Amino acid sequence: MEVLLGITGKDFTLIAASKAAMRGATVLKAADDKTRSLNKHTLMAFSGEAGDTIQFAEYIQANAQLYSMRNSIDLSPSALANFVRGELASSLRSRKPYNVNLLLGGVDPVTLKPSLYWLDYLASLAPLPYAAHGYAQYYCLSILDKHHHPDIDYEQGLKILRMCTDELKRRLPIDFKGMLVKVITKDGIKEVEYFDEKPVACP
Amino acid sequence: MASGYDRALSVFSPDGHVFQVEYALEAVKRGTCAVGVKGADIVVLGCEKRSAMKLQDTRITPSKIGLVDTHVCLAFAGLNADARILVDKARLEAQSHRLTVEDPVTIEYITKYVAGVQQRYTQSGGVRPFGISTLIIGFDDNDRVPKLYQTEPSGIYSAWKANAIGRSSKTVREFLERNHKDDMDREATIKLTIKSLLEVVQTGAKNIEIAIMAPGKLIEMLPVEDIEAYVKNIEQEKVEEAAKKKGGRPGASGSATLPSRGSDE
Repeated sequence: MEVLLGITGKDFTLIAASKAAMRGATVLKAADDKTRSLNKHTLMAFSGEAGDTIQFAEYIQANAQLYSMRNSIDLSPSALANFVRGELASSLRSRKPYNVNLLLGGVDPVTLKPSLYWLDYLASLAPLPYAAHGYAQYYCLSILDKHHHPDIDYEQGLKILRMCTDELKRRLPIDFKGMLVKVITKDGIKEVEYFDEKPVACP
Repeated sequence: MASGYDRALSVFSPDGHVFQVEYALEAVKRGTCAVGVKGADIVVLGCEKRSAMKLQDTRITPSKIGLVDTHVCLAFAGLNADARILVDKARLEAQSHRLTVEDPVTIEYITKYVAGVQQRYTQSGGVRPFGISTLIIGFDDNDRVPKLYQTEPSGIYSAWKANAIGRSSKTVREFLERNHKDDMDREATIKLTIKSLLEVVQTGAKNIEIAIMAPGKLIEMLPVEDIEAYVKNIEQEKVEEAAKKKGGRPGASGSATLPSRGSDE
């Protein structure tokens, strides 16, 4: 019951991931970071099988940074998304495929366009204005369908995100220990202070 | 002269030489000069740059100073093409090290790795040694102590306070031995680097490249205008010094005060 959420706005991309690290029905950790930054302006959030996720994410991270060192320029978010898709596709056809689902958010350092890519373990790739993985899809996509607009500013983005996480807290049967939220702008990746201690009433 | 011992690489001559390695050192001596100088809290690399030809696009001519990782910088003297391969291997190892132990490489580690690769190419069949020496500078993670290492084609590596490799390196090293002091500040370190390079670089500022590393900071390539200012300053000092030596005769200036160049080693 891991939650990944992504929202783009006019000059930013928000990525949120649940903080609970779980094994079966047990919460092992309540402050887990399910994200890795690939370069200065691209962030990847991941969910899936416990060992696979970090192994795959750090492998991608190392390759992204190696590219930056070799060519003294960073890969753009779209280039990275397609690279990750290729890696997932070849993994899928190997003896033991990675079971990893991803959201890749970034801001292109040249065009300054924010972008968000949805990838799953079957190596599907979809560029989207907003996206979710896992059970969150059932609860959040309808909210995002109703309230999202490509021109929203950062405050509005956070407001929509709050609506999503409140709904998740209301409806998901297991506590996911709140969300870790990061924002990518043209200035880089920043963690957002996100308070979600407040209880949410359920009808 | 060649009696067969310099044909196969991994073969000793009767008197214990591996000729190909010594020839590689010869290739290093023909390469353009590179200097590394440690200060109290920074470390500087200086390079002699080949002057570009008239129709050459200098924007895409690769530099002799390369970044191995964000905190490690490498300059080389010798065969440019060989250096590209070696630097790429070092970059791969630096990232691989981060992936496996979640820590950036230490300068000593990456130096050992580079030297290790160079050694391997002196002992295996079907290859030739790398025709380059390297100077590797940088700072370890959470450490403010500047580091400077040198590697050679044979696979030897060593640590230095200041050193030079490549063409006329002996002249420059002797200059550094005379003028290097411990605990130099930023200005003094950069100045010594440029001054030592001027011993062998004919054309001044536009043929010099300077890279500066400081703890926790990204690499800083000194802009040409700044190098020019340093060069001007240094030449001014040389003129004044020469005038003083002449017994304060102000008339004797101009071409007579140009710094004399030490003959090649």
